[in-house]
Amino acid sequence: MRPIANTRMAAGIPTGRLAVWWVVASEIVIFGGLLASYIMHRIAHPEWGDQAANTNVWLGGFNTFVLLTSSLTAVLSHKAATAGNGPKAARLLYATCLGAVIFVCVKAFEWTTEISHGYTITSSTFWSFYYTAAGLHALHVIAGAIIMLLVAETAKKNLELHRVELIGIYWHFVDIVWIFLFPLLYIAK
Amino acid sequence: MAESIPADATHGHDVHHHAEQSFWSKYVFSTDHKMIAMQYMFTGMAMALIGGFMAYAFRMQLAFPGIEVPGYGTVTATDYNALVTNHGTIMIFWVAMPVLIAAFGNFLIPLMIGCDDMVFPKINRLSYQIFLLSAIVLISSFFVPGGGFGGGWTAYPPLSAKGEYNLTSLGSSLWLVAVALEFVAFLLGGINFVTTAMNARAPGMKMFDIPIVVWLIVVASILFMASVGPLIAGAVMLFMDQNIGTAFFDPDKGGDPVLWQHLFWFFGHPEVYVVLLPAMGITAEIMCVFARKKMFAYKTFIYTTFGTGVLSFTVWAHHQFVAGIDPRMANIFTVTTLLISIPIAEMCFIYIATLYGGSIRLTTPMLWALAFVAEFLIGGVTGIFLGASGADIYFHDTYFVLAHFHYTFFPIAIIGTFAGFTYWFPKMFGKMMNETLGKIHFWGTIIPFNGIFIPLFVLGGAGQHRRIYNYQHFPDLAGVEMQDLRVFATVSLIIMLAFQLVFFYNCFISWRKKEKDAGKNPWKANTLEWTAESPPPHGNWPELPTVYRGPYEYSVPGREEDYYPQNVPG
Ligand SMILES: [Cu+2]
Repeated sequence: MRPIANTRMAAGIPTGRLAVWWVVASEIVIFGGLLASYIMHRIAHPEWGDQAANTNVWLGGFNTFVLLTSSLTAVLSHKAATAGNGPKAARLLYATCLGAVIFVCVKAFEWTTEISHGYTITSSTFWSFYYTAAGLHALHVIAGAIIMLLVAETAKKNLELHRVELIGIYWHFVDIVWIFLFPLLYIAK
Repeated sequence: MAESIPADATHGHDVHHHAEQSFWSKYVFSTDHKMIAMQYMFTGMAMALIGGFMAYAFRMQLAFPGIEVPGYGTVTATDYNALVTNHGTIMIFWVAMPVLIAAFGNFLIPLMIGCDDMVFPKINRLSYQIFLLSAIVLISSFFVPGGGFGGGWTAYPPLSAKGEYNLTSLGSSLWLVAVALEFVAFLLGGINFVTTAMNARAPGMKMFDIPIVVWLIVVASILFMASVGPLIAGAVMLFMDQNIGTAFFDPDKGGDPVLWQHLFWFFGHPEVYVVLLPAMGITAEIMCVFARKKMFAYKTFIYTTFGTGVLSFTVWAHHQFVAGIDPRMANIFTVTTLLISIPIAEMCFIYIATLYGGSIRLTTPMLWALAFVAEFLIGGVTGIFLGASGADIYFHDTYFVLAHFHYTFFPIAIIGTFAGFTYWFPKMFGKMMNETLGKIHFWGTIIPFNGIFIPLFVLGGAGQHRRIYNYQHFPDLAGVEMQDLRVFATVSLIIMLAFQLVFFYNCFISWRKKEKDAGKNPWKANTLEWTAESPPPHGNWPELPTVYRGPYEYSVPGREEDYYPQNVPG
């Protein structure tokens, strides 16, 4: 049973959207703390650039492309949901999930290669940051994909279509975090 | 979906038929905001008893080194470290936070803004369950090999990062897990609080018709959300340093232990305001009601709160003046720290101006509210010495610091809680508490509280360092005059703890009373919660109220009664 409180809109923004924005805000601070720590260290240690050179920029770039494409399908899904076309919205969400799967597989391949070359999470502070930041982000990708599947299940039946927008907001956030991580971890010299 | 439906139109009928619920769904798995508030309240109070007992054990060791402490046994050095560490952790994260933010926030926000529940009742329940789990993890850390974490409540690495240094490797990891779980619980709760207060207000309730305490709990929740992130990241990093061997805080591998201090205090200082603001809000409500006066400068108070919130993110390094930070940085943080005393002082003046010329009634909640301001002021004033880097270098890590923050946290967590609890007890249980017992408990707490911590200021000034197991090992600190002060503080603590029995007895007999003697509005207050039944049923009102005016219209000229409830048309 939904409480009356949930149906009110005194601030003029639907409650679900408001809550997701607050979730995103607190997530920003979590990643913000981690990345600020990394940047401060990175500035103090120019020699980390040599270690960063061992990352695979091409695969990282490919993954950036994959995530950006998945954000596009998320937007199209929201558009379909606004038009009331649940099944189409669900199909587009599945496409977004496919992006997530590709991203994680590429990531797994990258990490196996790096670990086999001896760059593990305990090798140095740079590698600790590298695996922790990318790992935390990958967990968000996986969690987002799972939630997206659940949303798609209901959207398929034309139910709870507003949730398509909510997971879309979250997915854009996950995307944007990667846009920060990629240059900071892979490219910065 | 609800977006297109005008407020309240669809679900009004649901309020009326709630079938008799089973014990489990009523008390344990309830989604009712009032029941969740009670769960937080009583879990917090139980944790306060544990934290208080810890204080008793280590204070006994300090006053009478090596004795067999009645009820505890001998306090070994490892025990001592675990006790002081977890006393701090528990009192801040498992007492102040759950009681002031979660319990009062849950109880008051829906009732004061006139809606039937939080906007996400199930997330609310989940928040409490995660919190309970975190408390269980923390307590269980005492029973693992090596015992509870003993690296200080601030958990500075490298001491906290390596089992071979702190000798409590499992305990320190469980401590971190518990803290991280607790943060997740309050993030979920905070999102609920902020969204509810923003969106679920009663028809007619404008931004500046919201009672101060709701405003302040919401601002506190936002401060928490905006500050805790880096420490969550830090907790993950420290956990991996402990268990995987990552190199974030390990200088051997290029890490930096001071990084933890930044992450910890970036959260740690705003955290003071996270718990302070709800206590200040509670105080403001009580003062208006028992001075029968309109809140002085209501809007200024709220703007001041915003200012405090923003400033609180700029002061954290005043905890690190001796951690080797650049002296030029120390100057900047000295200035910001001294600046933040201005809004807080202003809020105290607003209280005084609210009281001025009022017809003051010294009920038990009012005594607690007045004591809050008086005692917190001592905490604030002694903070100025510590905020100034020049003085802090001498005072750092002495009992002066310890006494200072107890003069801030005790008024917040204990006095603020008693103020709110005695004030809203009639609403929570439908019964009045005994005033005489309430006053005995008040004086029996306040006088010994000062008896504990004034001597500790003196000891700190004399150079007594904190976190030391036995001062008899240090010739400079072993003198009989200093030992007398330690004994005095310990005896005061025991007296204060004993007087808490009066409180529990008072709760018990008041709760046991047959007749519900409180009525809807025993204090003749204006805010909406006093228009509901005491205690309010599930759904709070048969028909949700509409608001016509601000919350503090007391002694309005030309009215017969000296109060003017928010829901009365006209
Ligand atoms: Cu501070």
